Amino acid sequence: MPEREQIQKTPQKRREEESTETNTPSSQGEKIKGELDELLDEIDSVLETNAEEFVKSYIQKGGE
Amino acid sequence: MSVPKVCGIETEYGVSRRGGGDDNPVVASSLLINAYVDDKRVGWDFEDETPARDARGFTRDASNPPDVETHLVNTVLTNGARYYVDHAHPEYSTPECTDALSLLRADKAGERIIAKSMELARLAEGSVGEIVTYKNNSDGKGNSYGCHENYLMDRNCAFGEIVKNLLPWFVTRQIFTGAGKVGSEHGRDAVEFQISARSDFFEEEVGLETTIRRPIVNTRDEPHAMSSQYRRLHVIVGDANLCELSTFLKVGTTAIVLAMIEDNAIENDLSIYEPVRALREVSRDLTCSALLELRSGRSASPLDLQWEFFNSAQRYAERTGLEHCGGEIVGAEVLRRWEEVLSALEVDPLSLDGRLDWVTKYCLLEQFRERDGVTWDHPKLALIDLQYHDVRPERSLYERLVQAGTIERLLTEDEIEQAVSQPPHDTRAYFRGECLRRWPQSIVAANWDSIVFDVGSGSLQRVPMMDPLKGTRRLVEALLNSCETPIELIEKLGTPH
Repeated sequence: MPEREQIQKTPQKRREEESTETNTPSSQGEKIKGELDELLDEIDSVLETNAEEFVKSYIQKGGE
Repeated sequence: MSVPKVCGIETEYGVSRRGGGDDNPVVASSLLINAYVDDKRVGWDFEDETPARDARGFTRDASNPPDVETHLVNTVLTNGARYYVDHAHPEYSTPECTDALSLLRADKAGERIIAKSMELARLAEGSVGEIVTYKNNSDGKGNSYGCHENYLMDRNCAFGEIVKNLLPWFVTRQIFTGAGKVGSEHGRDAVEFQISARSDFFEEEVGLETTIRRPIVNTRDEPHAMSSQYRRLHVIVGDANLCELSTFLKVGTTAIVLAMIEDNAIENDLSIYEPVRALREVSRDLTCSALLELRSGRSASPLDLQWEFFNSAQRYAERTGLEHCGGEIVGAEVLRRWEEVLSALEVDPLSLDGRLDWVTKYCLLEQFRERDGVTWDHPKLALIDLQYHDVRPERSLYERLVQAGTIERLLTEDEIEQAVSQPPHDTRAYFRGECLRRWPQSIVAANWDSIVFDVGSGSLQRVPMMDPLKGTRRLVEALLNSCETPIELIEKLGTPH
């Protein structure tokens, strides 16, 4: 069924497609990638240590 | 005839204690609120609370009535909000607002109030460990807590019409209101990532419950206003949002749709076949374009249905105007952004990175997956999902993205800061907040529809505020300015009921 196939689909990765476009100078592409790496490193530095244990220990009582 | 869409958001925050101390969530929540209100506490008044009243016309007195825990910490703030312990969570209910921008300010102010509470609790004498909160909707283990919206509605509008139109509305609006979630919960089909954090928890189409067998349309009928004229629509299906555009659109578009329902302006019957199942399917379809089966026999995607709602709304705005759903300026802005977001979702949902929560979270997770080469079941991704919602500015991943300039803002920090202490000017929240600011020592208790003063002699004086659109700055500022004391105010208001 075409619907089923559609459900499984994830959105196109536009960034990846864009990075191959010729009107994006490679230096700018590298700059964006550099900034992204920097951001991910920064996020890494604020992430709680021991992800598995931390996530496991977060238990809430239901609300509402 | 539609009534003004006075609206509010109540958010239960996830809470946990790290590094020692009593880990009872009620204790932790109480410590937070007490740290914030300190000596400027004004209690909540439970007169008029009837959460078991059902919009379908009956009052239930058996089987799991929603309970009100009167012994828990419960306060009112000068911005007109209620800040209290609900079940096992700190909960912040915004003051009553009349438009999506004002409500967004009040909701964001709630995040700042919770953050400040955590800071003050940490600095409090004898504090042990650290209390941490999350503006999210579940613990990833099947326990969910809510972010509820409330809208004032015309009592004369048939509830059946509300239900018929709201089911397809709630099933499809998640494509811009979803907060995003890694995995599934509540025994639902496994999935890597889904749009809504809440959709797995819904089991019924309509009902009164909020904690079990959750219904897509909740029937709690407790207007906190003249009940012969109004009902309050209590919406429990939404996600807690951090992206300002998500919250703005969530309440802005819903207010317009509700006004259209009252004015019979939704042009087609968009009823979806098996809406509870459809709610989960839409949450799992990141393209927003897989077809759903409608009761009419047609098939349509969530985007198609949203476009139908949008087209009806645009014609409604031209014909009737948006005075009752946010005013012409904010209403037009809601329409403009709604159209923009639907168009973007149609072309490429990922283009909304930094604008909608679910897309922003998805893109962040994808970037980590790519860089670290991890699969969707890796604990680091679950941690990123959780910590996106951390309310501590130094730990919040959403806040990191704001600092990096990748998140679209609709508000300035100054506007949010102002909403922390000041009420909206165009509802009764103005009167509540201003009285609290001027005479905190003379107010014994307050709630949505009254304030109780102790003026030192005789009995306590209750000032009723049954009309949410009275008590505005325009109506009462001069009166308040003319009173040195609450006694003068009571005298000028006449004998209260």
